Amino acid sequence: MIEQKTIPLDEYTRSPSYWAIVLRRFSRDKVAMFALAIIILLFLVAVFAPYIAPADPLKGSMLRRLRPIGTPGLPLGADELGRDMLSRLIYGARLSLFMGITPVAIAFVIGSSIGIAAGYLGGLFNSLTMRTNDIFYAFPSVLLAIALSGALGAGVTSGLLSLTIVFIPPTARVAESVTTQVRKLDYVEAAKASGANNFTIIRVHVLGNVLGPIFVYSTSLISVSMILAAGLSFLGLGVKPPEPEWGLMLNTLRNAIYVQPWLAALPGVMIFMTSIAFNLVSDGLRSAMDIKS
Amino acid sequence: MTQQPLVKISDLHVLFKGQKNVCAVNGLSLNLLPGQVLGILGESGSGKSVTLKALLRLLPAHKTEIRGLIEVLGRNVMSLNAADLASFRGGIASMIFQDPMLALDPVYTIGDQIAEVVTRHHGLKRRDAMAYALDMLKKVRIPSPERRLKAYPHEISGGMRQRAMIALALAGNPKLLLADEPTTALDASVQMQILLLLRELQKESGMGMIFVTHDIGVAVEICDVVAVMYAGQIVETGTIRDIVKDPKHPYTKGLLAANLHGAERGKRLETIPGSPPLLESAPTSCSFAPRCAYTQAVCRLKAPDAVTISKNITVRCILETNMNS
Amino acid sequence: MSEDTSTRRTHMADAPLLEVREITKFFPIKSGLFGRATNSVRAVDGISFNVLRRETLGIVGESGCGKSTTARLIVDLISPDKGDILFDARRLGTDLTLNELRRNVQMVFQDSYASLNPRLTIEDTIAFGPIIHGVPREYARRLAWELLSKVGLDPKRFAGRYPHEISGGQRQRVNIARALAVKPQIIILDESVSALDKSVEAQVLNLLLDLKKELDLTYIFISHDLNVVKFMADRVIVMYLGEIVEVGPVESIYAETAHPYSRSLLASMPSMDPDHRSEHVALAGDPPNPINPPSGCRFHPRCPIAIPKCKTEKPLLHIQKTRGHLAACHLTAQQQETF
Repeated sequence: MIEQKTIPLDEYTRSPSYWAIVLRRFSRDKVAMFALAIIILLFLVAVFAPYIAPADPLKGSMLRRLRPIGTPGLPLGADELGRDMLSRLIYGARLSLFMGITPVAIAFVIGSSIGIAAGYLGGLFNSLTMRTNDIFYAFPSVLLAIALSGALGAGVTSGLLSLTIVFIPPTARVAESVTTQVRKLDYVEAAKASGANNFTIIRVHVLGNVLGPIFVYSTSLISVSMILAAGLSFLGLGVKPPEPEWGLMLNTLRNAIYVQPWLAALPGVMIFMTSIAFNLVSDGLRSAMDIKS
Repeated sequence: MTQQPLVKISDLHVLFKGQKNVCAVNGLSLNLLPGQVLGILGESGSGKSVTLKALLRLLPAHKTEIRGLIEVLGRNVMSLNAADLASFRGGIASMIFQDPMLALDPVYTIGDQIAEVVTRHHGLKRRDAMAYALDMLKKVRIPSPERRLKAYPHEISGGMRQRAMIALALAGNPKLLLADEPTTALDASVQMQILLLLRELQKESGMGMIFVTHDIGVAVEICDVVAVMYAGQIVETGTIRDIVKDPKHPYTKGLLAANLHGAERGKRLETIPGSPPLLESAPTSCSFAPRCAYTQAVCRLKAPDAVTISKNITVRCILETNMNS
Repeated sequence: MSEDTSTRRTHMADAPLLEVREITKFFPIKSGLFGRATNSVRAVDGISFNVLRRETLGIVGESGCGKSTTARLIVDLISPDKGDILFDARRLGTDLTLNELRRNVQMVFQDSYASLNPRLTIEDTIAFGPIIHGVPREYARRLAWELLSKVGLDPKRFAGRYPHEISGGQRQRVNIARALAVKPQIIILDESVSALDKSVEAQVLNLLLDLKKELDLTYIFISHDLNVVKFMADRVIVMYLGEIVEVGPVESIYAETAHPYSRSLLASMPSMDPDHRSEHVALAGDPPNPINPPSGCRFHPRCPIAIPKCKTEKPLLHIQKTRGHLAACHLTAQQQETF
């Protein structure tokens, strides 16, 4: 007979949860923490852009065209229309980060759902879904993004849409493969043998073990998304002028390479820095999640 | 007149550094004479596999701290340079593993892999090396050796892969064969085939063998001498007969008592209570004392020395020290 | 292949708790563009056996013999192609639901690391089963604590831990506690001690013996280790290539082994006497692949005493000297006829 007494929580050792352990391991990884600091800094810059930016990013002056870096009043120079580079880079963080993260986030939700369902159910559903997935996956992402953007027209929304569609197949693929592995493990079989239905098994046993790896994969896609968005803007699809966006700025400053090369490289430096930061965080997460080693 | 030992290990200490340190081997000494088969008997965490890997310098260099002397045929293994180490491995000492897929490269045929070893250690040209490889396969009694020569590892069965791995290990004609639980994952019938094969090959070539296992039955079938390991130390050595018929150390006695062979059906087995120590720091007292039925006060204060009782028998236990003083 | 009617009559007196009848499972091998089945792995081929109340039935055999598949067929983790399962004389599908069967027959798996969800605490893992069957959460947690004590783990120290923090022997104890949580009558132990060190194995076997007595359990004990089965089982089934080749009480299986395969298997066990080591290989070759099994008696290509009849005609299980001991071999059957 079991006594009806409550169990005081401090009476038994409760180990820290998996995510608490992951966080602790991550916080010990100096490189990853540094990269995370950079990302947080960029976010803050994007959010507080109106307060930080010294000038109006859209206001230009033909007199100040292509002023070099270090000009008094223009700390990072001025672009081809005389607009303050520093302000444009700061405001550009908003759109660039947005175009980097949003498609990946949406693709994570949709791709995981497709992949987990296909991985768990197997059989015909898996074959149909995954083979359809493969058709999209077969296109090189740049080409697919360009084709979709071209079809949908230029603009931020269509750019977002096309990038989301580009990222769903790889996410679904990773989700399916991880779920298939987990599904075969003994603890899932044990749960089935206990009499649980599929939904409960997925919720309790599969999701917790599968979302982690998919999430890490998705974070590695953020940098790709930023670069693709920059690419789309560069080609005239995606973001339209005069909106500040790093990729678009690279495009419009193209001809300035011969006159002010350092100036023209600045947006590229920002893209580079942000991509690397996201990749390092993603790597750090992956190492932190690998508890067994 | 004493023979020069094939293997001489003196006071070996192996420490794995990391978030948590593990003192895997704590003061191990052993001698292996040429032509002798030594069994290292122990359970998980006893340090038996680590000892073997240290002999071939297979432990990850940046994570491991190794102290002590390891000599094979009089040469210090730890001080070999890269070129000497490469001829040492496979030419003088070789190893077979529990999982043959660890030793066999999946993208090359069996013949190619054995021929590579032959070329490296005997300097033969390709055609002669292939002929030698075929001979090796015949020596390990692999069925249809000509076909297996051209097969890839995944195309042959588990038992055959084990034989192929043995052929690979012996292709360089080593004087010392290290075996890390090679039969643990095999079915009983295949295990017996492999054990008998190894016994035969060892007698034919006269090579020394160190055979790591946790199964006493396997040790009986193949070993002449046995060293029992616990918590990174050797607690007892003796001939296989001594160990099985007259164990001296309480741990060895416990292992034999827990053995199912000859146990009465349905009656509770005698077990060793508790579990092995975590070895985060080097032991300063007897590692087995917490689980020992014969503990005395001194056991928790000081580590017992190894007492040599006779030519082959040493025991590391206070009971023996007391008996001999 | 069914048991002789005389043995069935004696068993009716205390009716079997579990009956497996003609259970069959072929795994199709798909090849080609559209994955059409070209061949099958005949994992389990129409076997039948009973499990009596409170006994421990051992199932032995080498890799590929179908013993693990049989275990999964019993609890329907794999759906059988043909055959019936009866629990307490109620047939699965007609008067027995799958959920009821699963509540009464639980399984303890082999690979103890992958058998526990790394994201759940020990108590959550054990409480999962009862919660599924409608037990309120608090009660299920207390049940988990009680079971942890029963399997020899202090709940205060282990309930809140994760699988990667405990040792192999401790994980197997948790596995056993999880199986006990839904209060089953039969527990299938599929190579449950194979991955453990010998001293830990002894501890877990003692625990299983104690639990069986205390909770009035019935075990199906599957192992490739003949010593363990000899120690634990009351009756033993020997399987080869998806079929039962011998079945009987444990003493007569080991002392008066009838089938040549069983004899070879027993002779393959390492000797424990240093003065009398094994000299010959008892069973040559590799355990065969169940894709294209040999004709007639499946063991005939490796059998030391095979006669021409063995290649053409499949032997049925024939009764041997002791009651309840049957073997599927033409030669031992012939010997019986001379009695």
